[in-house]
Formats: sequence, structure tokens, C-alpha cells
Amino acid sequence: MSRPGWIAVPRQLHPGAWWLWAVGLGTAASRTTNPLLLALVAAVAGYVVAARRPDAPWARAYSAFVKIGLAVIAIRVVLQAVVGAELPGHELLRLPRADLPGWLAGIRVGGPVTAEELATAAYDGLRLAVLLACLGAANALANPSRLLKAVPGALYELGVAVVVAMSFAPQAVTAVGRVRAARKLRGRPDRGLRGLRGLLLPVLETALERSIALAASMDSRGYGRRAAVPARARRATAALTAAGLLGICAGTYGLLDSSATAGVTSGAATLLGLPVLVAGVLLAGLGLALGGRRVTRSRYRPDPWDVPEWLVAAAGVTVAAVFVVLGGDPALHPSTAPLVPPPLPLAFAAATLVGLLPAVVAPALPRLQLAAP
Amino acid sequence: MIEFDRVSVTYHRATEPVLSGVTLAIPEGELCLVIGRTGAGKSTLLRAVNGLVPHFTGGTLAGRVRVAGRDTRDHPPRELADVVGVVGQDPESGFVTDVVEDELAYTMESLGLPADVMRRRVEDTLDLLGLAELRARPLATLSAGQQQRVAIGSVLTAHPRVLVLDEPTSALDPPAAEEVLAALQRLVHDLGLTVLLAEHRLERVVQYADRVVYLPGAGRPVEVGTPAAVLRTAPVYPPVVGLGRLAGWDPLPLSVRDARRVAGPLRDRLAGRQPPAADGPAAGSRTAGRGWTPGTRGTRGTAGGSGTARTSGTSGTSGNIAEVRGLVAGYGELVALRRVDLTLPQGEIVALMGRNGAGKSTLLACLVGLLRPRAGSVAVAGRAPYGRRRLPLRDVGLVPRQPGDLLYAESVAAELAGAGSSARARGAAGARGAAGAEAAAGHFAALAPGVPPETHPRDLSEGQRLALALAVVLAADPALLLLDEPTRGLDYTAKRRLVGVLRERAATGTAILLATHDVELAAEAAHRVVVLAEGEVVADGPSRDVVTHSPAFAPQVAKILAPQPWLTVSDVERALGRDGGGP
Repeated sequence: MSRPGWIAVPRQLHPGAWWLWAVGLGTAASRTTNPLLLALVAAVAGYVVAARRPDAPWARAYSAFVKIGLAVIAIRVVLQAVVGAELPGHELLRLPRADLPGWLAGIRVGGPVTAEELATAAYDGLRLAVLLACLGAANALANPSRLLKAVPGALYELGVAVVVAMSFAPQAVTAVGRVRAARKLRGRPDRGLRGLRGLLLPVLETALERSIALAASMDSRGYGRRAAVPARARRATAALTAAGLLGICAGTYGLLDSSATAGVTSGAATLLGLPVLVAGVLLAGLGLALGGRRVTRSRYRPDPWDVPEWLVAAAGVTVAAVFVVLGGDPALHPSTAPLVPPPLPLAFAAATLVGLLPAVVAPALPRLQLAAP
Repeated sequence: MIEFDRVSVTYHRATEPVLSGVTLAIPEGELCLVIGRTGAGKSTLLRAVNGLVPHFTGGTLAGRVRVAGRDTRDHPPRELADVVGVVGQDPESGFVTDVVEDELAYTMESLGLPADVMRRRVEDTLDLLGLAELRARPLATLSAGQQQRVAIGSVLTAHPRVLVLDEPTSALDPPAAEEVLAALQRLVHDLGLTVLLAEHRLERVVQYADRVVYLPGAGRPVEVGTPAAVLRTAPVYPPVVGLGRLAGWDPLPLSVRDARRVAGPLRDRLAGRQPPAADGPAAGSRTAGRGWTPGTRGTRGTAGGSGTARTSGTSGTSGNIAEVRGLVAGYGELVALRRVDLTLPQGEIVALMGRNGAGKSTLLACLVGLLRPRAGSVAVAGRAPYGRRRLPLRDVGLVPRQPGDLLYAESVAAELAGAGSSARARGAAGARGAAGAEAAAGHFAALAPGVPPETHPRDLSEGQRLALALAVVLAADPALLLLDEPTRGLDYTAKRRLVGVLRERAATGTAILLATHDVELAAEAAHRVVVLAEGEVVADGPSRDVVTHSPAFAPQVAKILAPQPWLTVSDVERALGRDGGGP
């Protein structure tokens, strides 16, 4: 805080801060089915993305994730109407019912569709969609490969694998376009089953060729140089890291599981989840620190973690904390049977708005120079 | 700096070694150019320098390769990353990160250099290669020339003592190639870097080389020497050398400047003569592209024949195979073509030129029906090629930039047979399939002689693959033939064969449009040149006028003999030969 002008200097925010913020919003969203609050979370995420989005290919992630989210809602509602469990109430329409054999007794196809059951499905779908939107926001704001640069040295190779895998998708899309055009040029089918078969092989071949070229390039640029480390240390590293990651998974599950049991916060799971998570993080940290000794790499211009990063991360954590701590509030899970208009609990709405903070405190992005030479 | 000691390389399951008994030593600070026909082992030689051959590719390497005193036998490529920087043929496929600055730092990060050193070197390299304004740009948004410079920069930051480049300019338009070569020049002169470079486009690089290594292939010994000495006899040579050999200049000039200084007497001898009238489009025997059979050939205007006078009446609408009016087209938000007008008369070879991204490929896509225009009209053989269930492949055929995309079969023979059957499948007459296959086989043999029919298309060289794709497209006997960058990776012999086949097709009435960066090809093959810039036609006229008016597009012979209107060595040869040859 000794540098009051620092916040204003345009630079890229540490990707970890964006992810913490987005995970915070996501946690909040996972804790409620109140459509008003969910919409507010999505709006907050969208506003921040609009305010701090870089001009880069990955920045289009937000709209892509939102589209997927909308599809999720639609699918959820349609599935509910057709095969979902029946919920008595205001009947909107009646679908023809299919008679299933006795051994499928638990499943219903068609029949009456009630407003209550559609609302439940829509709320549920909306929650998932907003979670996706938060993920999209993180992807749009933070270059995924920059985040991987910030991972500990021992995980570096994993990071490279992820980068290579991620670059496969856009490459494959280009390759599909090219191969389809080529098939048309030969007068062969480019659609349908036969088209697909003719498509798959060349696309995979292209991907394979590219991976080999990339591997050759990485090898000749020094990838995989390492310091010698005794075998015992290597085994200890692996064991520590694996145990730690397991702990993190179990702990996170314990923390988030309570959201699955709608309406009721299972305090026990939360209480158990937290210590397991902390222990896991510690173990994994130790493993990574040990493993890092093997790596001789250095890091070019690591992103600093400064006041704006703290503020952005804190904004996300605050939103999540309010939703987790006050998780028992019935306003988070408005009733759908009977169907009532969802309330707007002011405390939660205000907490969600804290998530807007990054739009102000995150430094503006340096202007990308797009002038051609 | 680089020593090869009796090096032989045999790839896995190959019967013949790619390189055999190569012994050469390249001293520090030298720019050494590796030349040779396609498949002579140039890439293998380059990749052996940092041990990618055989550590990465497999195969057996006999003998020794030493770089800066390190034997590649004991040092895998990653252990040589600090002495050898390698830039492959396709820079984009070698990028590990996604932003310019990170890419430049990648090698240094692998080497574990301290942060402040890395920072300084990245800044130096950005300046050295003129990349400073691009530092924060995603790599995918760069032009091909910029990508090539980033690829060079990304290995330079490690301060290697040797730089190895495989065809650094072959995919680039002339200005972008100039950019890259100027950067290389600076590296050699300012940093004393040793550079080993392979390139097909000798006219671009030979003047910068201190030494030339000629790989004759087929197990014959390599020739090493000064460029002038090696090029006097090598079968691959740029037009300036061709002219020098023809005129008997000694020492052989390697650059346009050197050649101009000794070209006075030749210009005097040519003074009274006119270049042979451009082999005009043959008088069409094809009526609007329909109902034509291979039997009714028009007048032959072969590569050597000057007999065909230019028929000026081809611009009448009946003689036009394709007409483009006010064409606007693009992808997504990008508008690649803005109101383009173009006519392609039958029997004419037209070269489509312009820098990368000028809209050449988009125009081809519209002509072949892959892309629907936003506005304006395209008509090929009187009909719109787009918006049909199948592409009208008898009207128009396209050989795409990656010709391998067109190939599916397991062997060359199967591919050629398939070409015939798919011609039949398109509803042509019954006998046509067999005839198509036969014609395809004939074209392939003419373009790439001596390829065993059981070869898998993947194992073909770049030039052979192009030949196969072209043969397959020609099997359908299209009225309009489109080629996108056909000379990428082609050596001079393969280029000459390509020109021969194209002229033969044109003589039978096919209209041909070549999108190319290769000014020498345009001068050699094309009757007419169309230049695109920013999606607009900026020049359209006979090759002789268009290419001589622009220094960027002028072929070497035109530059040497200006202001006289000669374009190619064969023009000059014919003019001199016509009245009894030499002095």
C-alpha cells in the first residue's frame, strides 16, 4: 500500500487471482438455487469480463461458456418434461405417456408436465449454467497458459502436457475444415458416416504430425534438461504429491458436497472437509517443493502478486464466504412446490456485488499494439 | 564449428542410406547454404547437426558429428540447445507458447538462465529482429514472415553459436522473405553466428552464402566450395546463374548487381531483338468448357514452341471459362476480397500474386465453389460453382496449398486408379473413368518420373505429392485448373516439369490460375499476371508488363537486362539461338 499509484499502472493481473475470484463466485453459485441471485452472479462475472477482458483468442471463452450454459438449461428442462420425476401441481400440458415394460417401472416417459417441476429443473440448470459462466470468466480473463506458468516447477511437465493438449482443439478444428474442403474437391462425401470416416484419419494424422514437430522443436530447445536427484528422493516426492492431491480432492468434495443436499447445510461434512483440504494442500506443497529441486528451469517475467491481486482474490473469497457461512438461509433455496416468486435476500445480493470489485481494482490491461510492421 | 566425419544416415526400414560418407567442416562465422534436389537429404543433414537425427527420428548414424566440440553421439538435442538453434520448415508447428515474448524466452527458461539475463536478451532480440511492436501479440495472429522471425528469435535468445534453418523463406512472399534474410544477414555480420541453411529458392539466398554444400543424393559424394564454383556445374541453380552460364560469364555472378555489371555486352547483343511473342493462350477448341474430349487438341504451345501467335480475340465472352464480377467474400468478420473483377479465358495461364493474406486463396475458394460470395457473381463455364450439392469438378479443379490433403489411398497406384473412378462417379461417360485413370497416371509420370506405384502417398517428397494431387485433379479434366502455391518445396527440375505440364494443358484449352509468390514461376509460365492487395485487384495485364513494372515482382533476368523486356533465361536462350548462337 506504500505505492498508491501502483494500482493504476496497466499490466496483466496474476492469473491465480482471477481464478480465485472466479472460484469464489462459482462457490457462491453452487450454494443457491435462487434464480435472482444466480442471475446476479452471472451478471457480475459478465460485467467484470467486459471490463477487463484482453484482446486475445482465449478471451472469447466467456460467451462460449455462456452458450453452453444456456444449452444446459434447455436440456435440463426438456429432459425434466419428458422423463423427469413427476411433481404434482399446476399442470401446463400433458404429453402422451409411453407404456414401459414392468422392469422399467421407475422411469416415466411423457405424462403431465407441471409448472413446479419445470421450475425446479430450470433452477437446477441455471445453477450449473452460472457455474459454467464463472469458469468461462476465469478462462477469458486469465490466459490459461500463463496460469500454467505459475504452477510449481515440479508440475511443469504436467503443465506442458496440458498446453499441448489445449492447442490440439483449435488445430483439430482447422484441420477438419481443410480436410472437408479437400474431400469436396475430390467429389467425396464430406458429411454422414462415410464422410466422418474419411475425415477422422487425416485429422488425426495431422494432429500426430504436429505433435511430432512440436516435440522435436521442444527437444532441440532444451526441454527436459534436469538435475540429477537420488531415486529415494524421487519416490518420496511422488508419494507426498499423490497423497496431497488426494487430500485436496477429498477435502474439496467434503466442502462442496453440502450444496448437493438442497436446503440443508450438513455442518459435519464442512467441518471434516476443511482440515482434510488443509492437510492435503500442505502435503502436496511439500511434495512439489521437493520435486522442484530436480528442475533446472528458470522463469521469465513471473507475474507479480501485489495489492490488486490480493483485492481481486479477496473479493471472490468474500462472496463465497458469505454464501457458505450463511448457507442455512431458506432464501437461498426458494420453494418450487408450491411455486412462489423467489425472494431477493439483500444480504446475499450485497455480498454478490462485492464480486464487482475487480472491475475497478484490477489494473487496466496494457494496450496491445496491433500495428502491422 | 560443425564437423561431419564420414557421416552416413540410414533410416529405419530404408534400404538405401539418405546420406553416405559425408565429410565436411564448417568454420565459425560462415553462412553455409545446403542445396540439392528434393529428397537428396538436406533436411537430414541439417537435423543431424543438433542430434535430432538420429536421437529423435530413429535410424542409424555412422561416423561422427561434432558441434563446438560436442559429439552428438553423447549429447541429445536438449543438451545442445545452448550451442545450436534449429528452426524447422513450418515455424508455427514448433511454437510451444502462445505469445511472442514468452516464445522468445522459452529456450532460456529451459536452460535455466537467471531472470535478469533473460529479460535483457529478450529485449535485445526484439530489437535485432524488428519484433518490438509485436511483443505482446498472440502467435496465431502473426503473418508468416513475422512467425518465421519469431521462430528465429526464439532460438537466438539462448545465444547459440550455430543457427540451422530449413527452408526459412519458401513459404514467404518476396517482401517477407527479404525481412527474414535481412535479419539473417545482420546475425552473420554483427554476431558472427555460424549459419547452416537449406533453401530451394536459391535466387533469394545464394548471394549471401559464403559457401555451398551440394548434396547430389543417391550416394554420390557431396561437393563443397564457393557458390560460384559449385553452381557452375550443379543441376540446381537460380536464373542469374543460368543466364551467367548461358552468356559464359566468369566469375559466375550470384546477385543481380554483379550480373548487371557484366551484362553490358549481352544487352548489346540482344538490343535489336524482341523476346518471342508470349506464348498466348491457344486458340480454343473447347466450346465454353463442355463437350470437349482429349482427342481434339488445339494448337500446341509447348514450353519450347514459339510458333503459337497470341490470339488476341480470347476476351470475347464465349472464350471465357470463368468470369468474376464485383466479388466480395470473406470469413466471419474478415473481408478478404472487395469487389474483384476477373476473367479467365480458355487456354490462358494466369498468375495470381500478392502478399500473404491479400485474398489469393479466398479467390480460389470462390472459384471452386467452396466459399459462397457475399456479393457479386462468379461463373465458371457459365454456371455458379457454389450452392450445389457437389462441387462442379468437371468445370473446375483446385490443387490446395497442402496437396497431401487430396490424397487418401494407401498407394500411388490406388490413388491414380481412384482418380479415374471418382471421375466416373461424377456422372461422366462410362469410358471416362478408365481414361481418367490412364490420363492421371500419364500426368503423374510426366511430373514425377520413376516413383514406384506401391509407394504410400505419405512417403512421397513434397514435389511428388504435388504431382500426384495435380494428376488426380486433372483426371476429372476440369475446364479451369486452380493451383494454390504449387512451388512450395519444389526444386528447379520439378518446377520445369510443372511448367511443361501446365503449358500443355493450356494448349488444349484449359484456363489455369496459379496463386503464387514465386516470381520466376510467374515469369516462366504465366501469360498474364493479376496482383491482389488488400482484397482488390491492383494490377492485371500481360506478365511482361506487370512483373517488369514492380521491383518486388520482377524476376532476376528482367532485373539484369532491364530496360529490355526479357523475363526468363529460356527467352534469352531462344533469342540467341535463333540466329546461330554465341559470339
